[in-house]
Amino acid sequence: MGFYLVQFLGGLAQASSLFLVAAGLSIIFGVTRIVNFAHGSFYMLGAYLAYTLAERMGGAVGFWSAIALAAVATGVVGVVMELLVLRRLYRGPELFQLLATFGVVLIVQDVALLIWGPEDLLGPRAPGLEGVVRILGRPFPKYELLLIALGPIVLGLLWLLFHRTRWGTLVRAATQDREMTAALGINQTWLFTSVLFVGSLLAGLGGALQIPREAVNLHMDINIVVEAFVVVVVGGMGSVGGAFLAAVLIGLIQAFGILVFPQITLVVVFLFMAVVLVVRPHGLMGRQQATARGAGHVPEAPIHASGMMGRVAAVGLLVVLAALPALFGDYALAVLTEMMILALFAASLHFIMGPGGMVSFGHAAYFGLGAYGAGLLVKHLSGGMVAGLVSAPLFAGLGALLFGWFCVRLSGVYLAMLTLAFAQIVWSIAFQWYAVTGGDNGILGVWPDGWASPRWAFYYLSLVLCAGGVLMLRRVIFSPFGYALRAGRDSPLRADAVGIDVRHLQWLAFTVAGAFAGLAGGLYAYSKGSVFPTLMAIPRSVDGLVMVLLGGVQTLTGPLVGAAVFHALNTEMVRYTDHWRLTLGVAIVLLVVIFPQGIVGTLARLPFFRRKEA
Amino acid sequence: MAVLEVSGLTKSFGGVQAVKGVGFSVEAGELLALVGPNGAGKTTCFNMLNGQIRPDAGDVRLAGVSIAGKSPRRIWRMGVGRTFQITATFGSMTVLENIQMVLLSHHRNIHDLWTRATRRHADAALALLDRVGMASQASRPCGVLAYGDLKRVELAMALAGEPRLLLMDEPTAGMAPAERIDLMALTADLVRERGIAVLFTEHDMDVVFTHADRIIVLNRGELIAEGPPAAVRANPHVQEVYLGSGSMYGHAGGKTP
Ligand SMILES: Nc1ncnc2c1ncn2[C@@H]1O[C@H](COP(=O)(O)OP(=O)(O)OP(=O)(O)O)[C@@H](O)[C@H]1O
Ligand SMILES: [Mg+2]
Repeated sequence: MGFYLVQFLGGLAQASSLFLVAAGLSIIFGVTRIVNFAHGSFYMLGAYLAYTLAERMGGAVGFWSAIALAAVATGVVGVVMELLVLRRLYRGPELFQLLATFGVVLIVQDVALLIWGPEDLLGPRAPGLEGVVRILGRPFPKYELLLIALGPIVLGLLWLLFHRTRWGTLVRAATQDREMTAALGINQTWLFTSVLFVGSLLAGLGGALQIPREAVNLHMDINIVVEAFVVVVVGGMGSVGGAFLAAVLIGLIQAFGILVFPQITLVVVFLFMAVVLVVRPHGLMGRQQATARGAGHVPEAPIHASGMMGRVAAVGLLVVLAALPALFGDYALAVLTEMMILALFAASLHFIMGPGGMVSFGHAAYFGLGAYGAGLLVKHLSGGMVAGLVSAPLFAGLGALLFGWFCVRLSGVYLAMLTLAFAQIVWSIAFQWYAVTGGDNGILGVWPDGWASPRWAFYYLSLVLCAGGVLMLRRVIFSPFGYALRAGRDSPLRADAVGIDVRHLQWLAFTVAGAFAGLAGGLYAYSKGSVFPTLMAIPRSVDGLVMVLLGGVQTLTGPLVGAAVFHALNTEMVRYTDHWRLTLGVAIVLLVVIFPQGIVGTLARLPFFRRKEA
Repeated sequence: MAVLEVSGLTKSFGGVQAVKGVGFSVEAGELLALVGPNGAGKTTCFNMLNGQIRPDAGDVRLAGVSIAGKSPRRIWRMGVGRTFQITATFGSMTVLENIQMVLLSHHRNIHDLWTRATRRHADAALALLDRVGMASQASRPCGVLAYGDLKRVELAMALAGEPRLLLMDEPTAGMAPAERIDLMALTADLVRERGIAVLFTEHDMDVVFTHADRIIVLNRGELIAEGPPAAVRANPHVQEVYLGSGSMYGHAGGKTP
């Protein structure tokens, strides 16, 4: 009995920490609609700052002031991010800020490494709360009791802040209907800045409070931000009460999940989220948000089939690509092959994000399923490369058919998080099902057939399949199907009123995108000779998003340019500098600020490139 | 047989009874105006007629077939076109493409993944645009049109499905007075040409009295009068309702969305 009680209390303590971070994230999203990937970085920053301050100041007063100071300082960092970067992006396409916040994630990672070094740092114990208490004979840390109390206290304070102050009223109004508040003449800029301060402060506080519990390390950011998103989405975006409820549920699921399902600990939480979202598409306590009627966001321009110039350019590019093996050695060809594969991957993601209007945070699942489709065939049936490249898109397409059926029932960030949940589920199957997938040892020996094994031959094979795939996706975008898909995105109301079954089309589109991502994954497997679970881990999904957004989600060639630029930056920076994250992060932030519609999107708006209006 | 027959239509939102036991019918070639003060329940009625919301009670029959509770998609396929109070068009497409899109759906082409969409039904789409006076703007993006022009595009979109019944929610809101008269005159012509039944709501009483064959008046969810324009105008109950808002005889500008 005591054991379970202690386990239960541990779950609650974890829930409080999660709640602090998630509440901040939820408030920021509710008001600004920014999907803030950097929130986890602020949590980490809070922990590091608290560690340093507590070491410097010492003593009980020093410890608690260190925590408070770290939280406030983190809030200020959030404000700086808003002032310098986000503020310039509010008029861009939705989710474009996500890219900037991802750049900030990279920057904070490297800055933290520079300042605090790679070792885990063990902070001081909380003065006065060092020991344990006995609960039904079991020891339980006193500090955890403090955390348990802190969750409801912060919830209460936030409630007061939201219901008893003018600022809180504004925040609630903006959460419900952003345009309404704009129309009422409320100073939005100031509101956004202050919301980032409060939200980041909560993240910093959550991080600072961790120092007596766990060693501060450089992986805290990613771990927490994913969990915090799960909490926010399960609770309902923008609902602080929902975040609290979800944090408690998830804290307890984690505490007891380990006991009940030790095999699948990694996914229990994601399975839970998937179930919640399928049953309640807006989370436990979320409400359907007033749809943004093009709030501060430029309507997408009509698409045009390429004219003479475009065709010449495309053919020219293909000719150049075809000539490259004569000029370059194996290393460059390998890099180029990878770039083409990523371009196909990015184009497939763009297909659902752009024309489909469905953001996926888990597109790597289909890349990975494709790779495993090829790898498993090699491992268990000794299949050849051609069979592998057929099974890759089939395998991924079937996965997308299954998961897509659930995903298209949701929209916006909820949809995005459900795709992430499925990706994590698939990832953990690959990671933990040793007998079939080889677990984290992966599958080795996935080599091309003899005729395709020289680098240049595989390069040509990739060129044909990737260019073919990209062109086919493009063709579909210009087909009646592609138009109907865009119609459903532009105005679901009107589409439904003219006989278009939007969900059904989105489901098909999801499947098509999954199949092409799978083809890319299959090619990737043969280009590397191996398949690992990391192919479908979160970072790869994020890479896909970055490529699409960087190039410009509202354009057709954007994802290709984005893939090329991102991959080039990525590989070159790893080669030439130790601080590639910092450099890449700064590069992304600069690109985002210079090209607020994505690279291609912004260039296309320059007078020189603009199509004359008839 | 009437094209549209409605009986006992009822809907409440939480505690608000938005529509209470409404019944009426529309004949082919007839323009029926549904009028009433703001919040009377007109849009809610429309939403139940085209399937966007499910009625709590009552029946809707299209040429004798019950359509209550069916999806907007299916109701559209059965021949009901609609324009919205707040226009809903495809903002990332040109005006012509908007109409082509509807034609593609009407001809069940949308599962075609290969041919170029803009090459399909272009002439038919242009003819429809011409009919509503928008041909000259065919290649402009829909996202940049003036509000009145969007309303015309919506009308063409609704017509593209070859409807038997046209539901128009405030078709002239946001237009200049002269433009309103034009658009309704055009609608009246189309109705007579094609034998379509039209149900429309409108705040501009000039428009209503000039073009409606018959008027029904809704107040707080209930029908309070029905009849030809002259009779409705003379109805004391109607006058009372409208005197409150003062909009029956003056130039009540349509509510801007
Ligand atoms: N989705 C909804 N949820 C709750 N209440 C609603 C909803 N839609 C309409 N209502 C309420 O139902 C009543 C009727 O609204 P409706 O939009 O049908 O009026 P209307 O006659 O079209 O008004 P207007 O002339 O302003 O367009 C109003 O009191 C409105 O607030
Ligand atoms: Mg209305």
